[in-house]
Amino acid sequence: MSEAADRPLLAVPVFPGSNDDRDAVSALERVGARALRVWHDEAELPRATAAVVLPGGFSYGDYLRCGAIARFSPIMRAVGPFAEAGGLVLGICNGFQILTEAGLLPGVLRPNASLSFVCRDVRVRVERSDLPFTARTAVGDELTIPVKHGEGCWFADEALLAELDGNHQIVLRYAAGENPNGAVADVAGVCNEAGNVLGLMPHPEHAVDPLLGSADGAVLLSSLVDAARLSAASLV
Amino acid sequence: MRATILVRPKQGILDPQGQAVHDSLRHLGFAVDEARIGRVVDLEVAASDASEARAEVQRMCEQLLANPLIESYEIEFRGQV
Repeated sequence: MSEAADRPLLAVPVFPGSNDDRDAVSALERVGARALRVWHDEAELPRATAAVVLPGGFSYGDYLRCGAIARFSPIMRAVGPFAEAGGLVLGICNGFQILTEAGLLPGVLRPNASLSFVCRDVRVRVERSDLPFTARTAVGDELTIPVKHGEGCWFADEALLAELDGNHQIVLRYAAGENPNGAVADVAGVCNEAGNVLGLMPHPEHAVDPLLGSADGAVLLSSLVDAARLSAASLV
Repeated sequence: MRATILVRPKQGILDPQGQAVHDSLRHLGFAVDEARIGRVVDLEVAASDASEARAEVQRMCEQLLANPLIESYEIEFRGQV
């Protein structure tokens, strides 16, 4: 196996105000990827990009609505077609907000019902294990992963929620009593219909070593890197 | 011409900010039944035709200024075209 396929290249776009991009790179490298930070001004993803991870933070100061401005960045004009062509895209926290604003994921992230910033470990339940992001989990697994956000209250109206439930697009839910933000139906993570784009509010990149309190985030990131390795191998 | 856009949380959408302000107003002794908080956007628009300008601002609202899942908007025009 070539080096490129063995250690697939994951691109981590960096927007003005992103602040979890270095943690994302460090966590992805730890689970076997090559990870490259890409400035938002780039109009193209690096050649051989096997997956994209949109990091957490406060892109463009959360002006207007979280993620609403970042979607106009040149790099997002590359991420959109990449996702539409089946490329793997993971959005974490602000990355999730950007993907919903860009129309690549359903729903919207609103201010927490408590109006307070929340920063703590939460338990999330895996609802689907057949995705590139969850292949190393089993349905019903509970993962402990931290959240840290002020606007993580995912919302969809009843009709949209029913449609997403029907399509099995709810991938992660906060475990009973754990919902930190008032999200509808305890939704912590949703995917697109094709299953190649996932957004979640918890931060798997902050939970990759028992020393950090949990290594459960590494399970999700390793799943992604496994899938990226396969897609890189098919590119070679 | 100047366009003022009022963006509001849609009916039935939980507005925690509005609730907090509602509580605070009641603490001050005001008899308020409900408070909802939205956003105002003032635009200076170069347009020669009123209906064209309205359509243009409507597109701005749909593409950026409001999120149609949770927000409604109203457009007011002031000044001559």
